[in-house]
Amino acid sequence: MSTAYAPNAPLGATPNPMLPELFRVRRLISETADTATFVLDPADGGEGEAFRPGQFNMIYVFGMGESAISISGDSADPSTLTHTVRAVGSVTKPMLRLRRGDLVGIRGPFGNSWPVDDAVGRDLIIVAGGIGLAPLRPVIYHVLRHRDRFARVSLLYGARTPGDLLYKRELPAWRGRFDLDVRVTVDAAGSDWRGRVGVVTTLMQGMNVDPDDAVAMICGPEIMMRFAALELSRLGVGEDRMFISMERNMQCGLGLCGHCQFGPSFICRDGPVFRYDALAPLLAVREV
Amino acid sequence: METLEPVLVRHPFLQGLPHEYIALLVGCASQARFDTGDFLFRMGEDASSFYLVRHGQVSLEWFSPDRGPVTIETIEQGDALGWSWLIPPYRWELDGRAQTPTLALAFDAVCLRGKLESDPKFGYEMYKRFAPVIASRLQAARLQVLDVHGVRA
Amino acid sequence: MTTADKPVQHGIRYVAERSDFDRLLSALHDLDYAIVGPRIRDGAILCEEISGSEDLPVGWTDLQDGGTYRLRRREDEALFGYPVGPDSWKKFLFPPRVSLMKAQQEAGTVRIESQEPAPRRLAFLGVRSCDLHAIAVQDRVFVDGPYIDPIYQSQRRNLCLIAVNCGQAGGTCFCESMGTGPGVDRGFDLALTEVIEPGEHYFVVDVGSDLGASILGRIPHRLAGRAQLHAAEGVVDNTAAHMGRTMDATDLNGLLRRNYEHPRWDDVASRCLTCGNCTLVCPTCFCSSIEDTTDLTGQTAERSRRWESCFTLGHSYIHGGTVRSSPRSRYRQWMTHKLGTWWDQFGTSGCVGCGRCITWCPVAIDLTEEMAAIRATESSEIGSKGGNEHGNT
Repeated sequence: MSTAYAPNAPLGATPNPMLPELFRVRRLISETADTATFVLDPADGGEGEAFRPGQFNMIYVFGMGESAISISGDSADPSTLTHTVRAVGSVTKPMLRLRRGDLVGIRGPFGNSWPVDDAVGRDLIIVAGGIGLAPLRPVIYHVLRHRDRFARVSLLYGARTPGDLLYKRELPAWRGRFDLDVRVTVDAAGSDWRGRVGVVTTLMQGMNVDPDDAVAMICGPEIMMRFAALELSRLGVGEDRMFISMERNMQCGLGLCGHCQFGPSFICRDGPVFRYDALAPLLAVREV
Repeated sequence: METLEPVLVRHPFLQGLPHEYIALLVGCASQARFDTGDFLFRMGEDASSFYLVRHGQVSLEWFSPDRGPVTIETIEQGDALGWSWLIPPYRWELDGRAQTPTLALAFDAVCLRGKLESDPKFGYEMYKRFAPVIASRLQAARLQVLDVHGVRA
Repeated sequence: MTTADKPVQHGIRYVAERSDFDRLLSALHDLDYAIVGPRIRDGAILCEEISGSEDLPVGWTDLQDGGTYRLRRREDEALFGYPVGPDSWKKFLFPPRVSLMKAQQEAGTVRIESQEPAPRRLAFLGVRSCDLHAIAVQDRVFVDGPYIDPIYQSQRRNLCLIAVNCGQAGGTCFCESMGTGPGVDRGFDLALTEVIEPGEHYFVVDVGSDLGASILGRIPHRLAGRAQLHAAEGVVDNTAAHMGRTMDATDLNGLLRRNYEHPRWDDVASRCLTCGNCTLVCPTCFCSSIEDTTDLTGQTAERSRRWESCFTLGHSYIHGGTVRSSPRSRYRQWMTHKLGTWWDQFGTSGCVGCGRCITWCPVAIDLTEEMAAIRATESSEIGSKGGNEHGNT
C-alpha cells in the first residue's frame, strides 16, 4: 500500500494527513457561556507541531466527527496546543463537555497564515469580532514578543455583550501596556457595563495610525469583516493592505474534498487568510 | 470672563467652521458638567439642546420593562450628541446618561434653530456636519441589527 | 504472420486480428491484471469486470441525446462500436465509498488504524480519449497537489490502460471542441483502432509504453501497412466530423468570471432539479464527504469517505446555514468550477467533452447550450458585470 505523500507538504503535516494524532486535554478554560479554550498536550508525550498564526487544525471528537478550529495559542511555544472553541454544532457542542485527561484527535496544521512580516516597520491594526479574536491572538502574542519590529499597534475588539468577551483576564493586561492601543466595545449591554457600546467599526475613529502605511488584520463574522474593511477604507487604509480570514465548510483540510471552495480558492489551502482586494469582487456576489 | 470661543474652535466636530459661525454658536453655548449617573436628557423630553462631548462617556439607553436599561450606544469625547433638535417634533428619542464624570458644551437649540433659519449658509455648514454623524450611526445600527455574532439554530 | 521477430517498439503502428482479441485478454490475465471494460447491464454500457470478449457489447451501439440513452443493435459485430456510458473509470481510482480509518477505545486511550484498501492490478479496457484526459485531469487533483490522495495514487500505479479510438461519435460528444479527442494521443499503454471492412475485422495498435509493448509482444501482430493506417485515420476523422455537440471553449474562465449575475442562471435554475446526476456521471468531479460513525456500543468508530455533489444543500453548509441555498447558485457553482475556476486551480479545464452530463440529465440541460447562450448575450444583458480580476495572492 502506498503511503507516499508530497515531499513539499507544508510545515507540520503529519505522515498521513487523514489520520488524527491523539492529544490530551490539560486544561479547559471557560471563556463565555458557549465558548471554551482548550490547552492540549500530545498524548504520546511527543513534541507537538509548530504552527504559524492563522493556521487551523481539524479537531476530532471520538465518533462524532471533526471541526476546523483555528489555533489560538502562542506560535513560539509549539509544545502546547491551544484552541478556543465555540459550541455551534454536532462536534463542537460535545467538545465543551470534555474534561482534563480526555483525548481528542488533531490533524494539521493546515492553511496559510497572517502575513505578520508584511507589517514589520508599519502600523498594525488588528480588528476582531466575537470569536474572531481567537485566530488573531497568535498574532498579538507574536507582535508583543517582537514589539520593536512594529510601529503603532491597535487592537479593536467587538463582542455581542460583555459576557461574550473572550480572554477576560488577558484583555486588561494588554490594555495596560503603553505600547498597545486596545479598544473594546460590545453590541449591546445592560446598566452594569461601564465600557463602550456600539459596533466594532465605531472604534476606528481617532485611531493613532498612519492609514497610508498601515496593515490591517480582520477576523470575525463575514458581514463584520466587510463592514470593517469598508470603514478602514474610508479612513484611507488600502484594500491591498487589509487581510481577512475566511470560513467555509471544511472536511478534509487538504483541498481534496471540494467543500470549502470560494470561487477559485480552496479556503483550507489557499486561505484561510486572504488579501482583501483579491476577494472583494467575489464577496459582493451572493451565494458564491 | 473668558468666552467659550477657543474651546469651540478646538472641538473636532467644529473643525473648519468659519469664524463668524463660531461666533454665532458661542452666543448659544454654555458649559455643562455631569456626574456619573446623571441624566443629560430623557426620552420624550423636548430636545432643547445638543452637546459636544469634551471629556467623558455618555450612554444612550433604552429602558425596557423586562430587561431594564439597555445601552444602545456610547458617545465618547470628541463626538456630537443629539440631532433630535434639528428634526421635528424636536424630542429626545433615548435616555442619555453620563457613564463617567462628563464635561460637555451645551448648545441652546431654540436659540440656534432661529439662527440656522435666518442664515442658510450657516444652516448648511451645520447640516454638513450632522449628516455624516447620522449616517454613520445608522450604518452602525444596521450592523447591530444584523446580530452577526448570534448563532442560528 | 505470427509474433514478429523484432521486439515491439513505441511509435510503430501494428495490426492485430479481431480473432486474436481474446489472446490479448489472456495476456493481461497472465500478467495478473483483472480486466474491467464495457459491459451491458441494466440497459446501459457500464465499466465492469470482464473475462472474455463475449462479455463486451459486441454488435451494440447507443443513441444518446439530451436526457436520452437507448441501446441499439448494430449491423456489424464491432467490439467497441459505442461511445461512453454513464460510468467512468473514476469509480476505480476514486471509489464511491471507502473506509479510511478505524478508531478503537481501549484502556484509557484510543487506537487509530488506517483502513485504506489495497490496490488491485487492473487493466482498463476500452478507455476513450475523453476518459484518458479525465484521468489526467484527476491526476492533477489527487496526485499533483501539496497533498496526495494515497488511495488514488496507489491504484493509479497499478493500472494498465488499453485505450480505444472511438469509431462512432456520441450524440452528446464534444471532445473535438475541448481538444480532448477523438483521437487518443498519449497516456495509454496500448491504443486500439477498430477497423471493420468487407471481409476484414482488425485493430490498428499503437504502443505507448514498455508495458504495452510487452503485452502486444505476447499476441500475434504484424506491422501495419499503408491501407490499414489509412483506414485507422479514417475512423478517427469520421468520428471527429460527427460530434453531437460543439462548445466554443475560448476563455470560458473569463466568460464565467464576468457573468456571475447573468440572467441565464435563473433560466437554468428553473429547469435544474439539483438531482446531481451530472456530478455522478462526470469523470472529473472529485468532491467527497468525510463521515464519522460509531457502532452501537460506541467503542469503535469509523471514518469513511464517499462521493459528494455540490448540488446538495449540505455541501456548503456552515453552522446555522447553507451558503449556496438556491438551485441557481448550485448550478452556477458546478458550471463555473467545471469550465472556469478549474483553470485557476489546476491549469486545465475540468470538462473533457464526454457529454455524459447532457445525456444523463433528466431535464436535458446542455452545458454547451448554456455557455453559448451566456456568451451570445453577455454584453447586452442587464446585470452582467464588467471584467474583474479575482484570485488569491
